[in-house]
Amino acid sequence: MNPDVLWRYLPSLISGFGVTIVCWSAGGALGMLLGFAIALARRLPLPPLQWALRIFIEVFRGTPFLMQLFLLYSGGPYIGLRLTATEAGVLGLGLYSSAYFAEIFRAGFASVPRGQIEAATSVGMAPFDALIRVALPAALIASVPSIVNMLIVLSKETVVLSIITVPELMYQMQTMAAETFTAFDAIFAMAVFYWLLVEVVSRIGARVEARVTAFLAREGAAA
Amino acid sequence: MKPEVILHSFGYLTQAAGVTIAVSLAGIVIGFVIGALVCASRVSRRAWLARLGGAYVSVFRGVPLLVQLLFIYYFLAEFGLDVPAIVAAVGGLALSSAAYQAEILRGALNAVPRGQAEAAVALGFAGSDIWRRVLLPQALRISIPPLINEFILLLKASSLVSVVGIAELTRVSMNIASLTYRPLEAYVGGGLFYLAINLALAGFGALAERRLAADGAR
Repeated sequence: MNPDVLWRYLPSLISGFGVTIVCWSAGGALGMLLGFAIALARRLPLPPLQWALRIFIEVFRGTPFLMQLFLLYSGGPYIGLRLTATEAGVLGLGLYSSAYFAEIFRAGFASVPRGQIEAATSVGMAPFDALIRVALPAALIASVPSIVNMLIVLSKETVVLSIITVPELMYQMQTMAAETFTAFDAIFAMAVFYWLLVEVVSRIGARVEARVTAFLAREGAAA
Repeated sequence: MKPEVILHSFGYLTQAAGVTIAVSLAGIVIGFVIGALVCASRVSRRAWLARLGGAYVSVFRGVPLLVQLLFIYYFLAEFGLDVPAIVAAVGGLALSSAAYQAEILRGALNAVPRGQAEAAVALGFAGSDIWRRVLLPQALRISIPPLINEFILLLKASSLVSVVGIAELTRVSMNIASLTYRPLEAYVGGGLFYLAINLALAGFGALAERRLAADGAR
């Protein structure tokens, strides 16, 4: 690729990378919060709510992310939801990942041995305290590997936002490619860049995972 | 919201769902063949082969599918290969899915108890027979549920081939949306088709899992 071209487009590429990071982190944070709320709500004994949440999760996990984005971005205005492309992108990433995060947290809670909750209540903890102080920390730690994995999946999904014209990295790169007739070079650079990004994120994720679950290994060694 | 828009375009959506299924099926089958080769090289005792397989998995799982699809599309154009977009679409899906399927197969191979191979050696099985008659049959059945799961993921990922102009579900929903000015109905309609296909597949997967578990218990 012509280095001059790259140099000329560097500012827009950097801004695109910034938008990618913002969408990724905002969408991931939204998805985690929403997913956690759903996982908690699924523990409430209200059948209609359970059905509604089940349907929500099935719909968002059973349809393609691109379809959800189109529905949100071009269908939204018809139900009074006027969003910019970036807003729709962040909301879309959040809703899509919340369904997966809800299942991750649910599995986390399910992995806490029943006996721990029973022990907590039998030493006189209120059920709410048992949930917050006993089940929650264990559930969160059990969820860490899946959360890291989902965040990596999500980082790759941000590329799809370019299709609804969110000005993230892929979009900026395609604009450059179209204006300078360097489609092949641009897409090759993109492939290398995203591969490196995902590699780095995976390495960091593995570190975090090892760090957070280190005490489990020590406990295992002691036992 | 006008549900009749969905009914009017039902025929188009059904046809498009057929394209989605065909493209995904071709992707998963070709992906399985490539994935099996990648898996074989990953578990190979030759270090360079193992490293090559590892690099394949790392690249094709690390690069977003949309980038892979456009890469193949432009790659073919760059070298003047005038192939229809469907080749790039199916090729992209297959190459990407192969990386995931290779890992599924490797996991399944690791899940076959060590003692099985040792017992086969003790009984005097030849090396190739150990693979053909003992390890592979067991590994394949272990890998069926995750492979069905991978098919569901690929079916959803196939919506991205709409960007290279394949008239599958997502593309046709877009066309209906822009022809009727009713994006809400068009995308809900398309989404329902995806949901129906995936629920059917998930049901099939659960059935297969139960059957295999029951067989294993016997």
